[in-house]
Amino acid sequence: MQTPIKTITILAWRNLWRNYRRTFIMLAAITVGAWAMIFMTALMRGMVDEMIKDGIRSLPGHVQIHHPLYRDDPSITNSLSAPSKQLLTALKQDDVIAWSTRVRVPAVISSERDSRGIILVGIDPVAERSITNTADNISEGRFLTDKLDNGLVIGAALAKRLDTQPGKRVVVMSQDPDNEIADRGFRIVGLYQATIEAMEENTIYAARDTVQKLLKMGDQISEVVILGKDYRDVSTLTENIKSAAANDTEVLPWQELDTYLGTMLKVMDGFVFVWIVVIFLALSFGLANTLIMAVFERVREIGLMQALGMRPSGILYQFMLEAFFLLTIGLGIGNIAAVASIKPLESGIDLSVVAEGMAMMGAGSTLYPALYISDIILANIIVIILGLLTSLVPAWRASRYDPVEAITKT
Amino acid sequence: MTAISCKALCRTFQQGEVKITGLDQVTIDIDDGEFVCLSGPSGSGKTTLLNAMGGLDTPDSGQITVNSQRIDHLSKGEMADMRLHKIGFVFQAYNLIPVLTAQENIEFVMQVQGVPATKRHIKSLEVLKEVGLEGAADRLPSQLSGGQQQRVAVARAIVSKPTLILADEPTANLDTKTASQLMDLFVELNRHHKITFVISTHDQRIMTYARRLIKMQDGKIISDEKLSSAIQ
Repeated sequence: MQTPIKTITILAWRNLWRNYRRTFIMLAAITVGAWAMIFMTALMRGMVDEMIKDGIRSLPGHVQIHHPLYRDDPSITNSLSAPSKQLLTALKQDDVIAWSTRVRVPAVISSERDSRGIILVGIDPVAERSITNTADNISEGRFLTDKLDNGLVIGAALAKRLDTQPGKRVVVMSQDPDNEIADRGFRIVGLYQATIEAMEENTIYAARDTVQKLLKMGDQISEVVILGKDYRDVSTLTENIKSAAANDTEVLPWQELDTYLGTMLKVMDGFVFVWIVVIFLALSFGLANTLIMAVFERVREIGLMQALGMRPSGILYQFMLEAFFLLTIGLGIGNIAAVASIKPLESGIDLSVVAEGMAMMGAGSTLYPALYISDIILANIIVIILGLLTSLVPAWRASRYDPVEAITKT
Repeated sequence: MTAISCKALCRTFQQGEVKITGLDQVTIDIDDGEFVCLSGPSGSGKTTLLNAMGGLDTPDSGQITVNSQRIDHLSKGEMADMRLHKIGFVFQAYNLIPVLTAQENIEFVMQVQGVPATKRHIKSLEVLKEVGLEGAADRLPSQLSGGQQQRVAVARAIVSKPTLILADEPTANLDTKTASQLMDLFVELNRHHKITFVISTHDQRIMTYARRLIKMQDGKIISDEKLSSAIQ
């Protein structure tokens, strides 16, 4: 006959508080472990989130539409027609926060001192403000104002290399559809700064219509860039855009457009899992020790309960339930402590003392901890499952005692 | 009708390189309602026989039948069920569950049996009254004297109306007065509830309560006699 769960629960709960000092020590260990899991994960998530968001806001957006050959050969020949009616309807849906069209081609920029190969991006400055953060990162001069603006915005690092500055003229050279040189002079109207210095050095912005005119490409474009609601969940948005875009186009999410960022997110997910498991492994020794001690202390009682008719499974469940109580209480307090310590830091942690190092990783000098419910749930589930597996060994041992030997144990 | 029947029970224990004989071809039948004392010096096999009868230990050979059911081949789980429903135990060292109150200790067996809470409460209070501990229901074992604890253990053993109560040296840790009170209680329960008692002891005063006295030595039964002069 199986022991009723109520009986086992009462015994497990009361036995838990029998040696309250040991229970409190174990609870403290689980609490600190749970807090560390969630707090550190939030910090790491915050850092990676910023890096990814920053990366996404620097150009890719969440989803892009290209000519199928554009990624292999980003020349003017692999361009697209302006968005069709069907695509425009899809771009008006709720899951699209903003969108814009761009011309993006390789080019050469020359100042009176130097020349460099760069990417010339022709943008709609008004629409682009909702998608990228370049307009917010102007360090000198101004950003482009409209589609017909004749100015040029370049990175501060590039300006340094070209030994030029706002107000000066530069020449931008590329190829037109007939593979002829297309060039024109631009006046630099602004310098921008980016988290990644390479971006500053190789990307320059001009108004889309100006670039289209320069390259004699009519209203053809290189890409449509779309910003959705959440960078973590772009699969639905990608599918919606795919079904509305022309067949001879390629629709890709940001993870595929920028594999570095995509891989970083995957690595982070894996790292969170490993981090939680490593902390748990440290905890598991304490948990196993606590339960083994409890079994040793209660050998006679185990024998007595068996003598009175409790099945071995009842003994096993009792110790497992005791471990479950320990884990859930410890996790509960740890979760509350983690949330309570993260919330006040959500406005940002100033890391300006290590700003250079952070910049090298592509992160800003302020760290915004990111607390995700999914991370909290993952940490709790992993700890409970692994905790119960750890407790299985002492619980199994307790259930296998011979009643006669157990009851006569001194 | 036979409450318990043992046939040619043998049990040996290994202690280092020495083989100790616990039971040596023990054959015994105990009828329903009997009040039996097992006596003999330490190491004579009394506790081993009680453990085998109660399904706490499995003999190396021989047969044990409790209420016409062979128990020597049962699995651990089946053995636990058999103990739960048919046998009550009273141990020398009280053996109450320390985290449960007196009433909860008594209810424990019924809880495992799945008896509804209301019925459990009523029965446990009745039994507590029967053993003279009606005011101690909410006390933990640590708040009870040795005699009171043993009474709770007796109450727990009888509450689910087992056919057989096995008591291993139940008075060994009690003073003379408390031991007499406990034995009086056993006799009364035997008389009123027709519960079969098998008590192991080497205390001469306890043996005077027995209506059947089985003497053991070196794992063997050396005498088995009915007594007409038992205290009743």
